Amino acid sequence: MTLKIDFEALKTLSPAEIKPIQVLDEQGKVVAPELFPDLSDERLVELFKKMLWSRILDERSTKLNRQGRLGFFAPTAGEEASQIASEFAMQKEDFLLPAYRDVPQLVMHGLPLEKAFLWSRGHVLGNQYPDDLVALPPQIIIGAQYVQAAGVALGLKKKGSPNVAYTYTGDGGTSQGDFYEGINFAGAFQVPAIFVVQNNGYAISVPRTVQTAAKTLAQKGIAAGIPGLQVDGMDALAVYTVMSEARKYSAAGNGPVLIETLTYRFGPHTLSGDDPHRYRTANEENEWLQKDPLIRFRTYLDAKGLWSKEQEEDFTAQVNEEITEAMKKAEQAPKQKISEYLKNVFVETPQALEEQIAKFVAKEEE
Amino acid sequence: MAKTTMIKAINQALEEELKRDKNVLVFGEDVGQNGGVFRATDGLQAKVGKEQVFDTPLAESGIGGLALGLALTGFRPIPEIQFFGFVFEVMDEIAAQISRTHFRLGGTRKMPVTIRAPFGGGVHTPELHSDSLEGLVAQTPGLKVVIPSDPYDAKGLLIAAIRSDDPIVFLEHMKLYRSFKQEVPAEAYTVPLDKAAVKREGHDVTLITYGYMVHESLRAADELAKEGIEAEVVDLRTISPLDEETILASVKRTHRVVLVQEAQRQAGVNGQVAALIAEKGILELEAPIGRVDAPDTPYPFSEAEESWLPNKNDIVTKVKEIVNF
Ligand SMILES: Cc1ncc(C[n+]2csc(CCOP(=O)(O)OP(=O)(O)O)c2C)c(N)n1
Repeated sequence: MTLKIDFEALKTLSPAEIKPIQVLDEQGKVVAPELFPDLSDERLVELFKKMLWSRILDERSTKLNRQGRLGFFAPTAGEEASQIASEFAMQKEDFLLPAYRDVPQLVMHGLPLEKAFLWSRGHVLGNQYPDDLVALPPQIIIGAQYVQAAGVALGLKKKGSPNVAYTYTGDGGTSQGDFYEGINFAGAFQVPAIFVVQNNGYAISVPRTVQTAAKTLAQKGIAAGIPGLQVDGMDALAVYTVMSEARKYSAAGNGPVLIETLTYRFGPHTLSGDDPHRYRTANEENEWLQKDPLIRFRTYLDAKGLWSKEQEEDFTAQVNEEITEAMKKAEQAPKQKISEYLKNVFVETPQALEEQIAKFVAKEEE
Repeated sequence: MAKTTMIKAINQALEEELKRDKNVLVFGEDVGQNGGVFRATDGLQAKVGKEQVFDTPLAESGIGGLALGLALTGFRPIPEIQFFGFVFEVMDEIAAQISRTHFRLGGTRKMPVTIRAPFGGGVHTPELHSDSLEGLVAQTPGLKVVIPSDPYDAKGLLIAAIRSDDPIVFLEHMKLYRSFKQEVPAEAYTVPLDKAAVKREGHDVTLITYGYMVHESLRAADELAKEGIEAEVVDLRTISPLDEETILASVKRTHRVVLVQEAQRQAGVNGQVAALIAEKGILELEAPIGRVDAPDTPYPFSEAEESWLPNKNDIVTKVKEIVNF
């Protein structure tokens, strides 16, 4: 197996040597041709479209939330390269363990959009996944998905599966015990797991520098004996290369990989009352806006004659239509029944619950 | 006296205690510059400085360990768990370590820790933000568990908790943070940690409750009064250990009880209160003990909260059943 990245060397790298990998610079110029991903022009356009889709979804979700039509929503604008390009490098049968902000990856992985909306609104149908969707619903408990990914990956290994488990947390998540336990277990058992840390600089209001005295989050892999690397998380091509190379390495039986993406959320932490201006400066926000992952990728594709304004307009209209349809479907979901909930607590319903079930059945028939 | 919301009353209590005693420390996720996700700690860091009010890395177990360590070195820590649903991450520190230290060291060391956390349903949060997990800590010996139901009590109980040398879990129902205002003295005062409050007097039936359900119970009592049923409403305030005196005295006056909690039937503290009454007050009863609670499922998906959570109507129905028994 030949790889563009020497993962073995990363296991013992000194923290000072960790530098973010970049392929496209902010002007959309290729700066590391040797790391350019193995993607056809068509696939490059497809990747861009998925990122644009995610941006449009973010904008619409924000509006839908304000209209009271969506429930919980954690904005994703700014993180498209980190989220979408990493998912784009994975296979449909790979096991995705997302966090609350990773809804775009879930939909890319196969979750019908109306189900993503139902999850946000708080409807159980949003969590009833199609059989061929290899994923868990978004995790609310920070870091929990890391230990679980180690377990899923061990399961895959024991079954001789060619697939990997991949999971995401934020920079804040790397402070949890579960983070360390997850990467350590994965290393100890040498399982096919890819751990992505989306470092957007803040855990709600707490900056990365308050989170840890470590210079990078990637270096945390070293203590677990697993390769850790850092990538420009606003550069879709770099994220794609790193993720697909890591996948090859891990799926070949070499153990887990830890990837830190340097990214930024343009919006608030969630739409439940967070005000980023309490803890971020407008200057900092503007600086990051210049690094918008869509701009640099668009510039690159445009220069190659692969993308145009008209294409973008058509595609945008199409996505908006798709979102409208999905929202309508979500709004037509039947009202949830507590009696059904009670029946779903156990596979075999104990007699002690029957009185409660009867009570709610009667109420629901009223 | 000025009218104040519960969240402001809590903020005032913290400010007064931070200023009164430099050993009082407030810490947790986002409690510093951001002032907490609900703004309970708003402005505190600016007023007393980062030595006393500070953000921690995102790790609840770490926060619990920090609290234990700081308490052992002479401080009075007030850690915040951002939402009580995340208590599982710090359960070892709370239930297996902090709660036992005084006992474990034969009474030679103190654990003056006040763990604050929001909890409670009906506000459409994602998973594990709204769960009523108070039963878990209420069943842990060595902890006092306090749940205020109004701004006055919140301030007085919180100050009492901070000044207490025992570890206290102080739970704040999210729905009560800003739902109404009440007269609250500007200066510091305490409300005793071992006393329930009779929030409404009555002679036909006793409603024993705590947290947000105090308000549903008071509403139910208003409605019942129109039909000539006078319900007494007892607010437990400290749900562990229970104020047995107040509970039994009320049962003795009314001879009928309905226990009301937001937690699931098998959770919360209704079971403990029922056992107490069965043990020490059964001969006073003229009807079975009534219970109003949530069904035994995990906390529901938010679109179904309204039909899952117990409410005034459930209380009225149950009271009539018990009164007409
Ligand atoms: C165990 C746990 N503790 C606290 C929270 C509350 N909380 C939700 S998101 C968040 C910050 C997470 O920051 P980070 O891991 O950097 O991810 P980001 O949101 O920036 O993507 C916190 C403290 C939670 N959901 N789970």
